[in-house]
Amino acid sequence: MLLALPIISPLFFGILMILFWKNFRANRIINLIASIVSLTIAIILIAEVIDVRILTLHMGNWQAPFGITLVADLFSAVMVLISAVIGFTTAIYSLATMDEDREKFGFYPLLQILLMGINGAFLTGDIFNLYVWFEVMLISSFVLLSLGGKRDQLEGAIKYVTLNLLSSALFLAGVGILYGLAGTLNMADLARKLPLSNQPEMTTVVSMLFLVAFGIKSAVFPLYFWLPASYHTPPAAVSAIFAGLLTKVGVYALIRVFTLIFTTDSELTHTVILVIAGFTMVTGVLGAASQMDFRRILSFHIISQIGYMIMGLGLFSPLAIAGGIFYIIHHIIVKTNLFLVSGVVNKISGTYDLKKLGSLYKLYPLLGLLFLVPALSLAGIPPLSGFWAKFILIKAGLELGEFAIVAVSLFVGLLTLYSMTKIWNEAFWKDAVDEQDIISIPGTLSQKILLFLPIVFLGLITITIGFYVEPFWNFANDAANQLLNPEFYIKAVLGNVR
Amino acid sequence: MEFILIILIGVLYTAGLYMIMRRSFVKVIIGLIFLGHAANLLIFTVGRITQGSPAFINADGSIPSPVADPLPQALILTAIVIGFGVQAFAIVLFKRAYQTVGTDDLDEMKKTDEL
Repeated sequence: MLLALPIISPLFFGILMILFWKNFRANRIINLIASIVSLTIAIILIAEVIDVRILTLHMGNWQAPFGITLVADLFSAVMVLISAVIGFTTAIYSLATMDEDREKFGFYPLLQILLMGINGAFLTGDIFNLYVWFEVMLISSFVLLSLGGKRDQLEGAIKYVTLNLLSSALFLAGVGILYGLAGTLNMADLARKLPLSNQPEMTTVVSMLFLVAFGIKSAVFPLYFWLPASYHTPPAAVSAIFAGLLTKVGVYALIRVFTLIFTTDSELTHTVILVIAGFTMVTGVLGAASQMDFRRILSFHIISQIGYMIMGLGLFSPLAIAGGIFYIIHHIIVKTNLFLVSGVVNKISGTYDLKKLGSLYKLYPLLGLLFLVPALSLAGIPPLSGFWAKFILIKAGLELGEFAIVAVSLFVGLLTLYSMTKIWNEAFWKDAVDEQDIISIPGTLSQKILLFLPIVFLGLITITIGFYVEPFWNFANDAANQLLNPEFYIKAVLGNVR
Repeated sequence: MEFILIILIGVLYTAGLYMIMRRSFVKVIIGLIFLGHAANLLIFTVGRITQGSPAFINADGSIPSPVADPLPQALILTAIVIGFGVQAFAIVLFKRAYQTVGTDDLDEMKKTDEL
C-alpha cells in the first residue's frame, strides 16, 4: 500500500483542488498540505526501502508478470524523495511568486498531477505503464508551460510539445516491438525473457529506439533543442520544477532500461551512450557560454549536466553508476535552487537579461551568497556537492582508462565555472547600468520569508551533501549495486518462478 | 494481411516524418497524428495477427489453441485514448499560438531562440 501512496496522494489532492477551482487561497493551502504529505510519504518509503531493499506491489492483486507491478528499489525511492523535496520547495516558492491569474486557472492542481506522473514513472515496473506515466507527466507539463499564454511561452510550448510527442511515438513503437520480441511488458520479466528470444540484433535495434525516445526527453545531444527554446519562458517556479525534475525522469528511464533490460550488447550500446555523453557536455556548455540571459544560461547547463549523468551510465562500472546516481541527486537540488534564485533576481529587477542587471551584491549581499552556494556547487568547487559528484565520475573514468571522456568532463567543468562567473560578474558584481531600476524586494516580510525559505533550504542540503558526503555516497553505492545486479530486482518482482 | 499492414506502417511513418518537417502548423499536427497511428498499427502487427480465434477460454475452463493475444489491442486502445487527448491539446495550443503570434509559419517562431 505504501508504494501506491506517492501516486495516490497527489491525485487525491489534485482532484480536491479542482473542487475549489478559482478559489486560489484554498488551493494554496491544499497544495502546501499535499506537498508536506508527499514529503512524509517519501521519507517513510525510503526508510522502508533501506530496510527491506526492494518493495513490490502487484496492483489489483494480479501477480507479475500479468498485472502492473509497482517496484521501489533504492534508486526509485531516492528519486521519489527528491521529487517530493522539489515539490515542497516549489509549493512554498509559488506562494510568494505566482500571479493570481495562474493560481486561479489551475496552477496548483496541475503541479500535483505533474508530480503524480513523475512519481508514477519512478515507481512503475511495467514498460507500457512507464509510457502512460510519461504521458501524464507530459500533458500536465504542456499545460503548465503554456499557462498564461504569453507569446514566448506559446512559441516555446510548440517546440516542446512537438518534439516530446515525437519521442512518445518512438517510445510507443519501441514498447510494441519489445512486446513482439519477448511477449511481456513487465520490466523484470523482459530482463529474463529478452535474451531467450534469441534475436540479439533486433534487441539492439529496439534499444536504440529507446535511446532516441528517452534521449529526447532527457535532452541529450543532438536531440535537446526543445529545452533551451522553452525552459526560460514560464514563471520561475515552473521552470525551476521543470529544470529540476523533468529531464531527470528521462535520465532515470535511460538508466533503468540500460541496466535492467538492454545489457546484452553493452559493448555497443554503452559506447554509443558514452560518446553521446561527451557531445552533450560540450555542446551544452558552449551553448551556455554564448548566452546573455540568466535562465537561458542555466537551461544550457542542464544539458551539459545531463551529459555527466549519462557518462556514468556509459562507463557502466559500479563506481560510475554510483557517480551518475550521486550526480542526479546533487544536480536536481542545485539546478532547482539556481532557477529559484533567478526568479528572485527577476522579482527585484524585472528582467533576466544579464546586460541590464547589476549591483545585486552591493544591494543584497545575502542573495549573492545564496546564489554562490549552488553556482559553485554546479561548477564543482570543493567541498560542495558538485565536487564529489564530478570526483566520483572522473575516478571511475580513470579506473576504466577512458581518458578522452575524463578530459572532456574536466574541460566542461572549467567552462561551467566560466559561465557561473559570468552570471556573478554581470548580475551581482558590476554596477548596474541604471541605478534607479533597482528597487527593494517587493512584498511583505512574510512573503520575503516564503521567497527565501526554499532557497536557503536547498542551499543547506547542498552544503550538507558537501560536508557530510559519506552517507550519501554509501547510499549511491548501494543503489548502483542493486542496478548492476538485476537478479535481486527480478527476484523481488517475480518471486522464484523459473 | 501482415504484408499490407507493413507497407501501410511504412507509408504512415514516412508521411508523418515528412509532415512534421513542414513549416505549417496544420501539417505538423497531421504529421503527429500519422506518427501516432503508425505506432499503433506497429503494435498491432508485431503482436501477431491470428485469425478466427477469439481470446476467450472454453466453458469448461480449458484454453483453446490457437488463442489470439488480446494484450496488443488493449495497449493500442490505451495509446489511442492518450494520443487523442494529447493531439486535442496540441491543436488548441497551435490555434492559440496562431492567434497570438499571427503566423502559422514555424520558421517565424525564432523569438525564444534568438540571442
